[in-house]
Amino acid sequence: MGNTMNINLKVWRQQNENAQGHFEEHKVQASPDMSFLEMFDVLNEQLIEDGKDPIAFDHDCREGICGMCSMVINGRPHGPKGGVTTCQLHMRSFKDGDTVVVEPWRANAFPVIKDLSVNRSAFDRIISSGGYVSVNTGNAVDANSVLIPKDVADTAFQAATCIGCGACVSACKNASAMLFVGAKVTQLSMLPQGQPERESRVVAMVDQMDAEGFGACTNTGACAAECPKEIPLSVIANLNREYYKAKLNGK
Amino acid sequence: MKLDAKIPEGPLEQKWTKYKSSVPLVNPANKRNLNIIVVGTGLAGASAAATLAEMGYQVSAFCFQDSPRRAHSIAAQGGINAAKNYQNDGDSVHRLFYDTIKGGDYRSREGNVHRLAEVSTNIIDQCVAQGVPFAREYGGTLSNRSFGGTQVQRTFYAAGQTGQQLLLGAYSALERQVGLGNVKMYARHEMVEVVKIDGKARGIIARNLVSGKLERYFGHAVLLCTGGYGNVFYLSTNAMGSNVTAAWKAHKAGALFGNPCFTQIHPTCIPVSGHYQSKLTLMSESLRNDGRIWVPKKQGDTRHPNDIPEEERDYYLERRYPAFGNLVPRDIASRAAKERCDAGYGVGPSKMAVYLDFKYNMMNKYGRAEATKHGIANPDDETLLRLGKDIIKEKYGNLFDMYKQITAEDPYEVPMRIYPAVHYTMGGLWVDYELQTTVPGLYALGEANFSDHGANRLGASALMQGLADGYFVIPYTIGNYLSKEIHTKPIPTDHEAFEEAEKRANERISGFLKIKGTRTVESYHRELGLIMWDKCGMARNEKGLKEAIEQIRALREDFYKNVRVPGSDSGFNPELDKAGRVADFLELGELMCLDALAREESCGGHFREEFQTEEGEAMRDDDKFLSVFAWENKGNNDYELHREDLNYENIKIQQRSYK
Repeated sequence: MGNTMNINLKVWRQQNENAQGHFEEHKVQASPDMSFLEMFDVLNEQLIEDGKDPIAFDHDCREGICGMCSMVINGRPHGPKGGVTTCQLHMRSFKDGDTVVVEPWRANAFPVIKDLSVNRSAFDRIISSGGYVSVNTGNAVDANSVLIPKDVADTAFQAATCIGCGACVSACKNASAMLFVGAKVTQLSMLPQGQPERESRVVAMVDQMDAEGFGACTNTGACAAECPKEIPLSVIANLNREYYKAKLNGK
Repeated sequence: MKLDAKIPEGPLEQKWTKYKSSVPLVNPANKRNLNIIVVGTGLAGASAAATLAEMGYQVSAFCFQDSPRRAHSIAAQGGINAAKNYQNDGDSVHRLFYDTIKGGDYRSREGNVHRLAEVSTNIIDQCVAQGVPFAREYGGTLSNRSFGGTQVQRTFYAAGQTGQQLLLGAYSALERQVGLGNVKMYARHEMVEVVKIDGKARGIIARNLVSGKLERYFGHAVLLCTGGYGNVFYLSTNAMGSNVTAAWKAHKAGALFGNPCFTQIHPTCIPVSGHYQSKLTLMSESLRNDGRIWVPKKQGDTRHPNDIPEEERDYYLERRYPAFGNLVPRDIASRAAKERCDAGYGVGPSKMAVYLDFKYNMMNKYGRAEATKHGIANPDDETLLRLGKDIIKEKYGNLFDMYKQITAEDPYEVPMRIYPAVHYTMGGLWVDYELQTTVPGLYALGEANFSDHGANRLGASALMQGLADGYFVIPYTIGNYLSKEIHTKPIPTDHEAFEEAEKRANERISGFLKIKGTRTVESYHRELGLIMWDKCGMARNEKGLKEAIEQIRALREDFYKNVRVPGSDSGFNPELDKAGRVADFLELGELMCLDALAREESCGGHFREEFQTEEGEAMRDDDKFLSVFAWENKGNNDYELHREDLNYENIKIQQRSYK
């Protein structure tokens, strides 16, 4: 349906982590109702038919929730529209004849695997260092025995909607992961279940974040501006508050 | 082969309790010497891996995504059922059990389903303890809503992101065990073979998707938590990577496949818009709490929906099923939509869509209540709409935004256009009460097994089953097997069984690259999907199924002659990963058609056009088909059917009615 659009793509190609990368140009015919990744599907089928190497990119759910898709489009993580992931971006957000530049997430802590795919296992290690409540299966009390005010639950939920895509890191000049870490720390520090480990958690997670090579916060807020789930910048303020409090208490 | 479901003796309500208190245990010191492999890290896999590691077992977990948190459980929207009866509306373990059996059109086991209903309450407790931020009331208690096929409010939820919150809870428990050194996590790894030694599952061959290398892993037991196979239809609500490969390799290694043709087609998805379409997006069942489904009364009506007056609209679900209305189960709602579209009443550019309209409840249910609350007497329509819109936004805002993003239409202003799409597979690896397949030491959990949903799953029950299996069932049942394995020392992976399995995988994978044909993997997948959707989808008949089997065989033959897989088997090559998955779908698709052909009745999501009532409802044949079909793979795409008869001792089987 709709009209055909001609798009000039400049795509980052890189064979593996250690190879030198470069931009490659392609012309693609797209439909306005196509998603950005479907345009890549069309291009890749063409490349395969022409005997060329298709472009590697990460994607899975294509509903904006798994956090796997990760393209910097015209300099912006997940492209020009606010509040959407790359997979939920549609070609109607572009114009016929546009030149679109596509790069992988840019951060030392996210090394390129191939082309537009990067390794984000650093995020898993940060969660592994403390982003949980230590409660073994079988220990739980009745769910309604601990009451949680609705506004507290709603705020914790808002922070918990982070999809771990890494757009915040990619958007940041310092490749800081403060928004990601702040979201998890905020969720668990607000809830009664998170209290016993509140101080040890934040210290462990920040230590791991630093060890992974993520930079310091720039306070410019690019992370929150580009976050597809609109995690607010206030989670970073909260992260700092939680961290200093824990440190003052000798953690 | 005699299939023994191993349902414990005794009254239904005591089976699980008795089983738990008499199953052999493994002492903590021995647990540390036992290795368990968990493939897949969705709700079932992450919860199982975390819990088994907490108990002291040595766990290795595998997922093909870049992180265990990406598993497709994350995309579940609406909620999770539990028989808590927090709403005091008459819910109970028995009622959840009954609704699930009836919803499944009497094709699941009483013993399994009752256990599921029993542990459902523990799941909510566990998740809350982990810090899962469920929706709450102002008083601080948990909130509930309704889902299809039930008349109580037992669904717990976190806006439209329940699956995400539950999975992140299980993922954090898993990552905690990774940090403690009890779980070794292998992301971007795909299982490509089960390794069997002396008839028992003893490990897997996994392909490292970054390096392309095949790797060998030993385990005293192997758990497959690898989800469903809806992507055999190409277009589905599954993630792009969702696949049947691990389950299919297990099947080829001797695990029987149960009820493969039982597929859930979800009634409310965004319709197909073009040939380039790569997947379909679900609009949560929870929308049917407030959305009314209709089509024009006139065939081929091209007027704008807002210009069609009330009396010229056919609210066909309310007309046909007054007792449940828009909240009939998924199979029934889907079939009814297809019936209207096939009869020429469909809407939208493709005419293959129906309307899901919120205007009535926006105005009359919420708008009026808000007006009363604000003391507005005689509000006009515009005021009602404005007031009601805010409430709808609070309840479903993220879904409305997603719809608008995909279709460029604003569902607050015009009704959503929806059409059924493949969503879930009730079929899967046959397992007994202990979740063990027909291969000793090989287990299947969650959507990967066939066990609890019969011929149709009720909404908000998939999350329940995945977490029940992982948190509360397998930790007990695996003890029965592993207690006999405490003397088994880890088997070195240079054992000939590992050698042979790796060789098989290697030959298969390098084989794809050698074909060097002209057609892309994607094009085969798309063609297979069309055959499946047309002939093994919402309606099936003997002629179509026979044609489909021939077409799939021909397509498979062509695949091995003409497919083109670029690149090499070393390094990162997503096209090669896809080739292996599509090759397995090309075999599974045929088995699904064989199963659908053999089941000469209609039940739940399986609708054989030859077997329907005068009113077009599914007509079961309990005399002949009150049984599970479990298929044995004899090699070379040859299958033998085994049956497990279902015994109903507590529930009286009836014609399923929602009228």
